[in-house]
Amino acid sequence: MFSNLRSIWIAFLHMFHKRETIQYPEEKIYLPPRWRGRIILSRDPDGQERCVACYLCQVACPVGCISLQATQDETGRRYPEFFRINFSRCIFCGYCEEACPTYSIQLTPDYEMSEFHRENMVYEKEDLLISGEGKYHGYNFYRVSGLAIGGKDKGEGIEDLPPVDVRSIRPDK
Amino acid sequence: MAKMAKIIIDGKTYEVDSSKNLLETILSLKLNLQYFCWHPAMGSVGACRQCAVKKYRDENDKAGKLFMACMEPVVDGMRVSIEDPEAKEFRAGVIEWLMTNHPHDCPVCDEGGECHLQDMTLMSGHNYRRFRYKKRTYRNQYLGPFLHHEMNRCIQCYRCVRFYRDYAGGDDLNVFGVHSSVYFGRHEDGVLENEFAGNLVEVCPTGVFTDNTLFQHYTRKWDLTSAPSVCVHCGVGCNTLAGERYGKLRRILTRYNGQVNGYFLCDRGRFGYEFVNSEKRIRKPMLRLSGENRLSEADEETAITEISAIIKSSRKVMGIGSPRASLEANFTLRSLVSERNFYWGVPEQEFSLLTKEMNILRQGSIRTPSLREIEKCDVVVILGEDLTNTAPMIALAVRQSVRQVPVQSATPYKIPHWQDAAVRELVQDEKGPVFVATPYATKLDSVARTFRGSADEIARLGYAIAGAISSDAPKADNLNEEVCVLSESISKALNKAERPLIIAGQSLKSEAIVNAAANIAYAMRKAGKNVELCYTVPECNSMGMVMMGGKALDQAFHAVEKEAMDTLIIMENDLFRRDEKQAVDRFLKRFKNIIVLDYIENATTERATAIIPVGSFAESDGTFVNNEGRAQRFYQVFVPNKEIKESWRWVRNIMVTSGMKEFSRWKNLLDYTQALIKEMPYFTGIDTITPPPGFRIAGRKIPREPYRYSGRTAMHADKTVHEPKPPEDVDSPMSFTMEGYRGQPPSSLIPFFWSPGWNSAQAINKYQIEVGGPLHGGDPGKRLIEPLPNAKPSYFTDVPKAFAPREGEWMLVPVYHIFGSDELSVHSPGVRELVPKPYIMLSPDDAARLQVTSDSELELGIGGQVERLPVKINLGLRPGLAGYPVTLPGMSVVRFPVSVKISGVKK
Ligand code: SF4
Ligand code: SF4
Ligand code: SF4
Ligand code: SF4
Ligand code: FES
Repeated sequence: MFSNLRSIWIAFLHMFHKRETIQYPEEKIYLPPRWRGRIILSRDPDGQERCVACYLCQVACPVGCISLQATQDETGRRYPEFFRINFSRCIFCGYCEEACPTYSIQLTPDYEMSEFHRENMVYEKEDLLISGEGKYHGYNFYRVSGLAIGGKDKGEGIEDLPPVDVRSIRPDK
Repeated sequence: MAKMAKIIIDGKTYEVDSSKNLLETILSLKLNLQYFCWHPAMGSVGACRQCAVKKYRDENDKAGKLFMACMEPVVDGMRVSIEDPEAKEFRAGVIEWLMTNHPHDCPVCDEGGECHLQDMTLMSGHNYRRFRYKKRTYRNQYLGPFLHHEMNRCIQCYRCVRFYRDYAGGDDLNVFGVHSSVYFGRHEDGVLENEFAGNLVEVCPTGVFTDNTLFQHYTRKWDLTSAPSVCVHCGVGCNTLAGERYGKLRRILTRYNGQVNGYFLCDRGRFGYEFVNSEKRIRKPMLRLSGENRLSEADEETAITEISAIIKSSRKVMGIGSPRASLEANFTLRSLVSERNFYWGVPEQEFSLLTKEMNILRQGSIRTPSLREIEKCDVVVILGEDLTNTAPMIALAVRQSVRQVPVQSATPYKIPHWQDAAVRELVQDEKGPVFVATPYATKLDSVARTFRGSADEIARLGYAIAGAISSDAPKADNLNEEVCVLSESISKALNKAERPLIIAGQSLKSEAIVNAAANIAYAMRKAGKNVELCYTVPECNSMGMVMMGGKALDQAFHAVEKEAMDTLIIMENDLFRRDEKQAVDRFLKRFKNIIVLDYIENATTERATAIIPVGSFAESDGTFVNNEGRAQRFYQVFVPNKEIKESWRWVRNIMVTSGMKEFSRWKNLLDYTQALIKEMPYFTGIDTITPPPGFRIAGRKIPREPYRYSGRTAMHADKTVHEPKPPEDVDSPMSFTMEGYRGQPPSSLIPFFWSPGWNSAQAINKYQIEVGGPLHGGDPGKRLIEPLPNAKPSYFTDVPKAFAPREGEWMLVPVYHIFGSDELSVHSPGVRELVPKPYIMLSPDDAARLQVTSDSELELGIGGQVERLPVKINLGLRPGLAGYPVTLPGMSVVRFPVSVKISGVKK
C-alpha cells in the first residue's frame, strides 16, 4: 500500500521535471557522425568512386546483405559494376565500414528509412553513391596502391619509386 | 618400401620416409611451416629462405642452428624445431624484407583470398610495416589472353621460370635484370607460347600471374560455388574444379589427382570453359509450331508433350549419341530408341580405330599407364601423335619422363633427386631417350629424336622397331637407311629401358599405326621385357563410347537409305563436324523431325525442328571414361534456368511422357548408372567411384560453397526480397549452399581445397596422404581396363607399302591445334583469339617447287569443291604431303586418306 502511494507520488513529481519527449519529426536529436545508420558509398578527393570492388565488405557482412560485382575501365581501374545493399536485412553493425580498405563504404547518422514495401529497402549503387568524401577526408586508395590506372602510371604512386629499367645493370637503377 | 627414419620435431617423435626432404616431411605430417620456392612437383632450390627451422646436433645441443628445411635430407635421429623463437623470428624477418617492396594491392589483387603470400605472412606473424622508404615498381607486360601480369607483386621465388622453362619446356619466359630489380616476364610483350602457361596462376605464390579470364568477371574464391569436374576438351580426362557465381561459370582450377593430372592442367582445359557463358548457349526449348517455318521458344512442359507426341506418332526413331556426352546420357538415349536404332555420331573410321585401341588394351597383356605413370617412364616412343595438340597433358608428362634417365646420374654423388638445382646442374642438357615420329615438326621435338614421314611410313617404322626387338614379329620390307638405323637405335633403347612406353593414337586416321604400336609392345613382351602402351583418344568420352560399343555414323547413313525413318534425335553432337557436308545434308533430309539436344548453337541445331537445351559439364552430372579407361564422375556446379537439364533427365522425362512408364523408376543419376551396369556389366564399379546421393557425414551434406560465402541476402534482392530456396541436388551428396560438413570430404567430392590458414591452392598438401601422393581415401576414379596377364595376342601383319609421292598430287595429313581443333573451347573468347586462320601446310621443297611462300594462296580441289587456302611452310613435312588442319573453324571436313590436286596458285 505504502509503496503504491510512493510510486504515484514520484510519478506526480515528474510533472515538474524537464521534458524528455522530442517533437519528432519537427525536432531532431543530435547524432554524432560515427552513428551507425544508412550506408553510403563515398568518392575520393578527385571525385572518383572510392570503391575498388574488393568484396571485403560483402564477406564481412554477418547477414550477407551486400552483393556486388567487380569490373574495370579500359585503364585498369577496378570499380563495382553493381553494388547492392538489402537494408531490409542490414543490422547496422558497421562491420563493412571496418573491413573497407578504401573508406568507401561508410555508415551515416541517418536512420529514416522506413518503407511500406521491402523491395524499396534494396539500394543499388545509384542510391548509395554520394558526391563527397563522407567522414574520412583525403584518402585515395589508388594513390598508394601499386596499380597503374588512368591518370596514374607505374611509379607515380605516393609510395613508389620510378619503374625499374630492366635493361640496366647499374646498381642504382 | 622407402627407408623409414625417426625424427624429433619440437620434442615429438615421428616415423617418416627418409627419401624426402625435411619440408615435405613436415608438411606431410600436417604441421605448418612457411615456404615459397619449393613446389611439390618441382623440388627444392632453397631460393626464398622462408622455410628456416632449427636443427640440433644432439639432445645436449640447446642452441641449434638455422637450416632451410627444404634443403635438408631427413636423417634418422634428426632433431629439429619449427617453433623455436629464433627460427620464427627469422621467418618473420624474411617476410618483412619481401614486404618492403610489396605493393598495397590486396584489395585490387585477384590473388587476394587465395594468396600464398598472404597466408605465409599471417603464419609468420609479421603484421606492421616498419620500413619507411619508397617501393620499387615495374612495368607489366601483355602476355596474351590468358594471363594477367602485375610484376610489382613479385617476391622473386623463381617458381614461375622453373615451371615454365624446366618443367614445361617453354623458352619465352625468363628472369631479367640484376640485384634487387629482377624481372620475370618475356623479352618483349607478346602471347606466352607455352601451352601450359596457365599453370602459372597456381604456381606463382603471389598475384603476379593471375587468370585473365577470371579478371574479366572477377569473383573471390570464397564466393564461388564449386564442384569437382572433369575436363571436356580432350580425352585425357584431367580433373578440374569449376566455380560459378551469379549464374556464370567463372573459372577452372586444377583438381589434384595423384593418378591423373597432378598439380597441372593445359591451357585449353583451364581457359576453354567460357563456352558455358557463351551468347550462343541454348537456354530455352525451341519448337516448330504447326504451320510455321520458324522455331519459337516453348516452356518445358510444352516441349515435353510436343516431343513425346512426335515420338509416339513416329514409325521409326533413330538416335545419335556422342563422345562428348556422358555414359548415362548416351545410355538413356539408347534406351529410348532401342539398341537397334542407336548410332554413335562419329565416322566409322574413327569408331573402328578407337575400338581397335580399346581391344588391344582390353584383350592383350599390355598395361596402359595413367598420366602420372607416364612421367615415370624412361624411354618413350611416340608414333604419329602430335601430343601437344592432341593430348596436351600427355605431352607435359612425356617432358618429365625425359628426366628419368639423366636424373639417375645424381645417385652416385649422393644428391637426392628433390635437390632440383643441383640435379639440373649435374644433368645439364642431357635427355633421356624419347622418339617422336610424326608427319610434321611438333613442339616435343625439342626433347626428342625425330622421324618425319606419312602415316604409312610411321607405321613402317613401328613395324621395323618391332622386328628389331623380336625376330618373329612381321617386318617391313625395303626399308631405307634412315628407318633401319633409327629402328635399330630405338629397339636398343627400348631393350635397355626399365619402364618403356609406346604412345600412339588415331589422330592420323591410320590403322597401321595403331597396329604397329601394339606390335612393338607385343615384341617387347615376347622378349620378356616390361612395356606399357598408351593410346590417345580425341574426346572426353571417346573411350566410354567404344566401351559401350554399337554402330557408327556411316551405318546410320546406310540405314536411312535402306529403310524409311521419320524422326531423328541427335544428342550433344554437331554432325557437320563429323563428316562431309553433302553427306550430312543428304542424311538429315531423310527425316521429317530432327530433335537436337545440345547446349550451344551449331550447324546441326540450325537444321533442327526441335531443340532441347541441355546442361554442359557445369550444369550436369555424369561419368566419362578417359583414354586410360578410367571412369571419372563429374558434378553439377550450379543450377541454371530451369529448362536447362541434363540430357539424360530430359530424355527420361520424354520417355515417361510418351508412355514408357518403366523409366519413371530412374530418379537420380545413380539409378541410370546402375541400369547401365546391369545392361553392360563391364562398367561394373562406376556406381561406386563416388559416394551415393544419400551419403552424409555426421548427417550433413558436402557444401559446394565455402563457409565464407557471402552476399546471400542481397544477390537476388533485385528480383525478389524473399530469398529463394536453394536448389536441391538429388544426384549427389553435395548441397548448393554453404551449409554442411566442414571437414575434408571423400576424395571424389572435393569442391575446393581449403584448410585453416591455407587459403591458396597450396592447401592441397593437407588433402594428401603425403605431399605429392594420393589424396586421403585414394585418388578418385576407377580403371576399367586392366591387362589380362596370360593373354597371348598375335601380331598384326598389315605392314603398309612405302609412300611414294605422285606428281601433281598431295596426300593430306591431319594437323591438330590445341586452340582450334576442339569444338567447345573455341567458343571461349580467349581461346578464340589464338585459333589460327585456315591454311594448308606445305613442305619447304614443295613450296620452292611451286614457287610459293607463306603469303601465297593455293587453290585446291577437295571433295569436288575448290578451296583457297593460305600456305604455311613446315620444315619437317616431307614432299608430297600437305598438312590439313582438321576441325579448325573455317576448314571443311574431309575423309582421310585423301589426295588433292593444286589447281591454282596466287602468289
Ligand atoms: S570493402 Fe570498400 S572497397 Fe571493398 S567492395 Fe566494399 S565498399 Fe568497395
Ligand atoms: S600478391 Fe597476395 S599479398 Fe600481394 S597484393 Fe596480391 S593478395 Fe595481397
Ligand atoms: S612472378 Fe611469381 S612465381 Fe615468379 S618469382 Fe615472382 S612471385 Fe615467384
Ligand atoms: S590435357 Fe585434355 S583433359 Fe587435360 S586439361 Fe588439357 S584438354 Fe583438358
Ligand atoms: S622453400 Fe625452402 S628456401 Fe624456399
